Amino acid sequence: MLGLGILKGLIETWRNFQGGYYDPARLTTVQYPEEKLPPQENARTIPFLVYDGADPLAGMRCTACSICAVECPAHCIVIVKDTVKKPDYLGKMQFHPKVFDIDMAVCMECGVCAEVCPFDSIKMDRVFELSSDNRSMVLQKLDLAKSNDYFRQIHPVEAAAVDAARAEEQRKAQAKKDASPVPTVP
Amino acid sequence: MIAPPPELQTPGAGDFAGHDLLEIAMGPHHPSTHGVFRMNVLLDGETVVKLTPVFGYLHRNHEKIAEKNSYLASIPYTDRLDYICSMTNNWAYVLSVEKLAGLAVPERAEYLRVIVGELTRLQNHACLAGFLLQDMGALGTPLMYAFREREKILDLFESLSGSRMMCNYMRFGGCRCDLPAGWLEQAVKVVAEFDSFLDHFEALLNENEILRARSQGVGVLPPGLAVNAGVTGPGLRASGVNYDIRKVDQYGIYNRFKFRVPLGQHGDVFDRYMMRILEMRESIGILGQALRDIPPGPILDPKFKLRNLRPKPGEAYGRIESPKGELGFYLISDGGPAPYRYRVRPPSLINLTVLEDMCLGHTIADVVIILGSIDIVLGEVDR
Amino acid sequence: MQTPEQIKDRILAAFPGAHLEVIPNGSPANQPSLLLDHAQAREIATFLRDDPELRFDYASNVTGVDWPEKIVKEKVKVRKIIDGVEQEAAELVERKIPGFLEAVYHLYSMALGRGPLIIRLRTGNRTDSVALPSLTPVWRSCEFQEREVFDLFGITFNGHPDLRRILMWDNFADHPMRKDYVPAEEPKP
Repeated sequence: MLGLGILKGLIETWRNFQGGYYDPARLTTVQYPEEKLPPQENARTIPFLVYDGADPLAGMRCTACSICAVECPAHCIVIVKDTVKKPDYLGKMQFHPKVFDIDMAVCMECGVCAEVCPFDSIKMDRVFELSSDNRSMVLQKLDLAKSNDYFRQIHPVEAAAVDAARAEEQRKAQAKKDASPVPTVP
Repeated sequence: MIAPPPELQTPGAGDFAGHDLLEIAMGPHHPSTHGVFRMNVLLDGETVVKLTPVFGYLHRNHEKIAEKNSYLASIPYTDRLDYICSMTNNWAYVLSVEKLAGLAVPERAEYLRVIVGELTRLQNHACLAGFLLQDMGALGTPLMYAFREREKILDLFESLSGSRMMCNYMRFGGCRCDLPAGWLEQAVKVVAEFDSFLDHFEALLNENEILRARSQGVGVLPPGLAVNAGVTGPGLRASGVNYDIRKVDQYGIYNRFKFRVPLGQHGDVFDRYMMRILEMRESIGILGQALRDIPPGPILDPKFKLRNLRPKPGEAYGRIESPKGELGFYLISDGGPAPYRYRVRPPSLINLTVLEDMCLGHTIADVVIILGSIDIVLGEVDR
Repeated sequence: MQTPEQIKDRILAAFPGAHLEVIPNGSPANQPSLLLDHAQAREIATFLRDDPELRFDYASNVTGVDWPEKIVKEKVKVRKIIDGVEQEAAELVERKIPGFLEAVYHLYSMALGRGPLIIRLRTGNRTDSVALPSLTPVWRSCEFQEREVFDLFGITFNGHPDLRRILMWDNFADHPMRKDYVPAEEPKP
């Protein structure tokens, strides 16, 4: 009979329409911004710089090695090294950045910078509500700095792994120091 | 008829001088051209007598950027070629680099690649079926049903790689990161739901009289022309030519999976649409086997170098069966950190070679459907 | 799978006197290529497509490559008179390898499930002798790809049905994928 195919299709549509009243799988709309989808552990958007402790400048893990700037596919990171060194979590004196700018308009949020960083200092954030009222999307060092507590909050599994690795490094360094103590002047 | 100035004339249009023909530019701003794509269509009434595709509106010179960036930095750029299927783009590129540099891939990584590759194929074909019906005038219902399933697959990609579409997941010698806890169970659930979704989708559409009337006999592509014009992918198999690179080259571990290659008989739009539905069924079969058999183990080759990969001088051409057709990368290395020549073989561009042949003699309404059945993504056509 | 050497012998059997050369490939991919001469390129391509043993009916990829002029410094042994005695001495000699443009074709056989056979065609130089025979009459898949090679590299293909720019706009003057391309100044906002 002509029209049987369309009729079968209409039955499907009727099933979906009816199901919208009692079947949660049929209603997929999330009433944003009142409701939000639960964030995923691995989700990434723009990068940020991690600092330990309370002071962003003293606790910043970045040592201005510029590996992220070199590997960035979009060439959006600008780093200028400072001349003063400060100690890192192992007590070793490291450089730190005087200028660390990322142009978020150019950044393609690929995550390569976080992948190549040897110091676990640049990680991927999850914020996407980035609209602003001026055209500049260059984020500078202090805009990018977020604490390790924030990192643990947004990426619990990854932050736990990083913290465990750093604690292990600290323990090994301490054990080495205890094994061969520096002789003090009597 | 007033003749247009020489620089605006379509080549060959002068053959029809004296007839009342109408030339329309469909696109680049057009809801049905699947991107910024223009077609100069010469019409006799409503029948197409000549069609010239014009592209280059999305040309970003990806190939030259790759000559200045390292091999690793090109991987996020490949996501953006065929932006719907980023995982298979990554796979084609890393396959070529692995051929060029002689890298081996551990077994778990191969299974992961097959799983995300087939999930990509599922969501791409769902997109295509939905958009084709949208172009036919079904006003969004099949499209939204297909997108509801696609969302589940994109959520899987987000929890695995961090991003829904620009995944940046594969590396030279494996995959970037391993599965998070619970991902496999979730993937098995999504695949099972996709199977029942396909049953309902086919019940909704396959016997629909409007779909059949508009697509059967429209845009026929004879198999000899398809082979000579380099058409690959579902468009080629809809014309009856049995050529699936997963079966011919058996790249990765595809020789371990049992799946059939569906073939069409007529090579018209309906056959190309049914190709996608049947391939989705086969992909579900492959996914079931891969999700069941994935072994534990490392996901990266022990010799893996993240930074500063410098393959020895030489060249390599690697290709995969992407959801659109044969996606190949041709790389020439001169021993430096960046490729000397980096070439993408875009299936969408080459499948467009026969667009004019398929549209001649049909009405302008059919042009939209024929273009939709070829399945182009402008990011890949223009690079 | 037949190697390029075997295919070269088969072509020479059909076209005696043709200039063919097998170019080796340094990478582990093991994909050496066959360099063809312009004179009989289209006839050889037709032979590759139609010969029942070869049947390369599918041209998968057409690429352009730019090889600019290279200056190679080599140490050459020369007999020179040093301190009144004729001796052999090493001298640094500069040799110029002329530049050329190249079109590379990847051929596969769908009928026999074989491949790839890689064919290369080289132009005379990069300035005035940039014409190559088009293989579009043999494989229609080369149509858009040869247009792209013309657009981005500047190789003109003789016998192409519709050779004009494809990705750049029609009035664009330069060839962007050449190694010495300098992009135009961006207009200041």
